[in-house]
Amino acid sequence: MSVLVYTESDKGTFKKIALEAASYAKTIADKMGTTVTAVTINAEDSSVLGNYGVDTVLKVNDSSLDTFNAKSYASVLQQAAEKEGAKVVVVSSSADSKYMAPILAVNLNAGYASNVVEAPSSTTPFTVKRNVFTNKAFANTSIDTDVKVIGLSKNAFGVVENTASATEEAFSPSLPENTVTVEAVDKVTGKVTIADAEIVVSGGRGLKGPENWNMIEDLAEVLGAATACSKPVSDLGWRPHSEHVGQTGKPVASNLYIAVGISGAIQHLAGINASKVKVVINTDPEAPFFKAADYGIVGDAFEVVPKLIEELKTFKAQQ
Amino acid sequence: MKILVCISHVPDTTSKINFTDGDTKFDTNGVQFVINPNDEFGLTRAMWFKEKQGASVDVINVGGPETEPTLRKALAIGADTAIRVNTEAKDGMQVAKELAKVVQDGGYDLVIAGRESIDYNGGMVPGMLAALLDANFVNNCISLEVEGTSAKAVREIDGGKESVATSLPLVIGSQKGLVEESDLRIPNMRGIMMARKKPLNIVEPANASAETTSVSFEKPAPKGEVKLVDADNVAELVNLLHNEAKVI
Repeated sequence: MSVLVYTESDKGTFKKIALEAASYAKTIADKMGTTVTAVTINAEDSSVLGNYGVDTVLKVNDSSLDTFNAKSYASVLQQAAEKEGAKVVVVSSSADSKYMAPILAVNLNAGYASNVVEAPSSTTPFTVKRNVFTNKAFANTSIDTDVKVIGLSKNAFGVVENTASATEEAFSPSLPENTVTVEAVDKVTGKVTIADAEIVVSGGRGLKGPENWNMIEDLAEVLGAATACSKPVSDLGWRPHSEHVGQTGKPVASNLYIAVGISGAIQHLAGINASKVKVVINTDPEAPFFKAADYGIVGDAFEVVPKLIEELKTFKAQQ
Repeated sequence: MKILVCISHVPDTTSKINFTDGDTKFDTNGVQFVINPNDEFGLTRAMWFKEKQGASVDVINVGGPETEPTLRKALAIGADTAIRVNTEAKDGMQVAKELAKVVQDGGYDLVIAGRESIDYNGGMVPGMLAALLDANFVNNCISLEVEGTSAKAVREIDGGKESVATSLPLVIGSQKGLVEESDLRIPNMRGIMMARKKPLNIVEPANASAETTSVSFEKPAPKGEVKLVDADNVAELVNLLHNEAKVI
């Protein structure tokens, strides 16, 4: 009957989204008067999960799962859910989890709600609030099946600390035949990704050309931020598509989003709306971004950003 | 190769989003509907397979008669036949089950569906469809090549990309990058004329049931005024972000 949560790890270390998912599972378990069981795949030390409300950890260790495979991972979670008799399964909104969750929902005959931003407002009927229309609205959605799968939005519920201790248990599910084989992984190392970033620094056409991007990268570096860009910038080929944020690109749900030289088209604003604090730097005081931002500077990015980098360096040095 | 491209009929990206009937229904008043952008990238790649490898391309939508202009647009872009499953789309699982029946009956080798629609953002139809069909599945697909029954695809992952090898029957979740924005086709007059004569078949639903219900909708709380900082006083911004917003 416990609430099952998939706690994702990267090279054995839990991601922040995994701790958010665990915190969320704990809230549901409390509402339902039950416990939280986490599933880890090839993570070494899972004792930290107790701090976020996990009671039991099902540890899966299998080298054939070193590379993510949606079907295999869905099967692992399905078997864990069945073993635990779980009625609620919580996953994050990483690219991998979003790939896997629909398969898991079919396997479990479960209703699936994605992009969930709050704890359920009621558990009978089981009703959750989710982002729709790319952050332009929310839907209150009831999941009407016996078993429910919930995809939790990043940085919406947050991490909630708890003082439990988790009991570990080895779990060895049987795996389906792998028919999608990974041949190569090309992952940027040593750089914060948009998906994991607490802070995102984004540049638009106001930067005038790709040769000026070092300014965005310098600002990102001093903040430990990921870099992103507006749609025109990726369409012009200044930056790769993977950095395009907006309605047809990536959504950003960071704590801080700094837009430099981005006017703020409705599609861009929708994509970044889930970010907590938005800062805009733009020469045009009429730019629509100023209506969506929390803080703004009307000024030339080429003058403001270098000054901002210096101020941040001074600030960091004092910390 | 028989390709089916799933087309969601969605509000244009510039649409203002409002609700009616006590915030229980999306207000379509004055809203321009388009092919879901993620589906359009997929459709454009399908046209490449049609032109270079002789594939047939059908398009499908689960919805009422109001979605037909969107299907006609897909025909004008170059699809051969359109199919409309005559039922209201209620949730991802119901749509996936309706699609699965058509895919099985039609013997399709490759099904392309946008990784998510820009209206309800479920991001679940392609994966559910693949699971229902027990077909291979690649989500967030940014490159796809098919030779015989073998397929090579590239999937966007958080912070990079991953190349995979798989085989037909295959379902992919398409997105920007599968083709470039500049490759998208605006239907020309000849395409629009031809589309009028192409078949748009209406099939009756399998009456699959939904598993979730959107009970009500709400809009985000209105935003407060922006706090402007003087361009000559950048230190103040750092101060505000640290002491007031507490994000650095």
